[in-house]
Amino acid sequence: MNLTLKVWRQDGPNDAGRLETYDAPDVSPDMSFLEMLDVVNERLINEGRTPIEFDHDCREGICGMCSLVINGVPHGPQRATTTCQLHMRSFKDGDTIAIEPWRAKAFPVVKDLVVDRSSFDRIIQAGGYASVNTGGAPDANAMLIGKEDADTAFDAAACIGCGACVAACPNASAMLFVAAKVAHYAHLPQGQPERDRRTVKMVNSMDAEGFGNCRNYYECEAACPKEIPVKFIGNMNRDFIKAVAAGNEG
Amino acid sequence: MNWLLRSLQSSLGKKFLVAVTGLALLGFVVTHMLGNLQIFLGRDALNAYAAQLKALGGLLWVARAGLLAFFVVHVATAIRISLENRAARPVRYAVDPGIQRTVSARGMLVTGLTVFAFVLYHLAHFTWGWVMTDAHMLTETLADGTTRHDVFSMVVAGFQQPLIALLYVAAMVLLGLHIRHGSWSFVQTLGLNHHKFAPAIRAAAAGLAWLIVLGNISMPLAVLFGAIGLPDGVTV
Repeated sequence: MNLTLKVWRQDGPNDAGRLETYDAPDVSPDMSFLEMLDVVNERLINEGRTPIEFDHDCREGICGMCSLVINGVPHGPQRATTTCQLHMRSFKDGDTIAIEPWRAKAFPVVKDLVVDRSSFDRIIQAGGYASVNTGGAPDANAMLIGKEDADTAFDAAACIGCGACVAACPNASAMLFVAAKVAHYAHLPQGQPERDRRTVKMVNSMDAEGFGNCRNYYECEAACPKEIPVKFIGNMNRDFIKAVAAGNEG
Repeated sequence: MNWLLRSLQSSLGKKFLVAVTGLALLGFVVTHMLGNLQIFLGRDALNAYAAQLKALGGLLWVARAGLLAFFVVHVATAIRISLENRAARPVRYAVDPGIQRTVSARGMLVTGLTVFAFVLYHLAHFTWGWVMTDAHMLTETLADGTTRHDVFSMVVAGFQQPLIALLYVAAMVLLGLHIRHGSWSFVQTLGLNHHKFAPAIRAAAAGLAWLIVLGNISMPLAVLFGAIGLPDGVTV
């Protein structure tokens, strides 16, 4: 396959950035999207040019490190698939592919396609945990958890924190990410003691980071590589209203 | 109370305000339409209904004040949210086709602001009487010699102007798009959602939006196409 890439190049956080065009000849349909970029970068390096910077780590769809908005869709055209698991057979010979970084005020561009997602870490630090006293380990399975709750908690916990929800949202809202983290604990007994204050603290932290507001476009759900459902956003709205009504300030 | 006010200023709190006020305004839109549809029952029915509303006196002003408050909070909060949303994405995507966003969701600000402008025109037209002053001054003399405001003739005279009738039709289509998104969105925003009911709620919202559009545009269209005319002896 021969492809044309339009890639966002930005020298640093303060550079305005621009789309630059690159040829990608002889691409195998069996390559992953990131392998295709690796090959393009090899050539750029051989030509003495600066390679395209992009984030990646595990390349097996579980770490949440890869990003890339491909033709306007975070993680590209294949549903429930991270960029690293996307293969070039999803494209046709002669295609022009636009590659842009996650775009959000709360995800500033570091260089080219690499963005700083530490705002997500700060939201987690604000309340995305369950405090546990250390001591003798309790008996396994001593605390009963219904299968429905365990399954729902696990559906929420599948979130890898990649930020595709923010990238897909026209308002750059982080609601799906925060809702998944809130729901993860809200369905487990260990999460109950801190449930109210966790919800309020995480919402306040999300607002402070400069993410936008949810307008129920549901683009996040469609872009999420782990298919986190938007029902968690409604559940978080409910938890937030309950927490505030009970006098929680976060 | 500080914690409550602060919480209402959070992203979720502002959405809550827009949802609750939007729901109240939706209730008004539905009752306003049901009341006005009495135009199809004739001059006597509509004018009697209008006279009854006026006779509420102080209560009417309480309702108007409440409606105005809901309207101001709804519009002001929605504008604030939209400005924040813009700020949250300072650099736009070069390619941005969207995955499953709907036209009605994407257009909430545009449809909302246009409906807001229309409401001002609508008040200037039928309530304040600035648009067609003569038609607004019309009265009907009853058998017992008393007179009342001739709302029926005022409305018919207004909608006999093709441009005015078409303006109302266009505004109602935009209102329909706005309601189509808003009337299911509030369920999610207020946390009343359940994934098993979600498709039914979205379908019901679309149905309600269609009913409101069709009900409201039936009035200007009925006048425009001559199904409803001015009463005998009334000229504007």
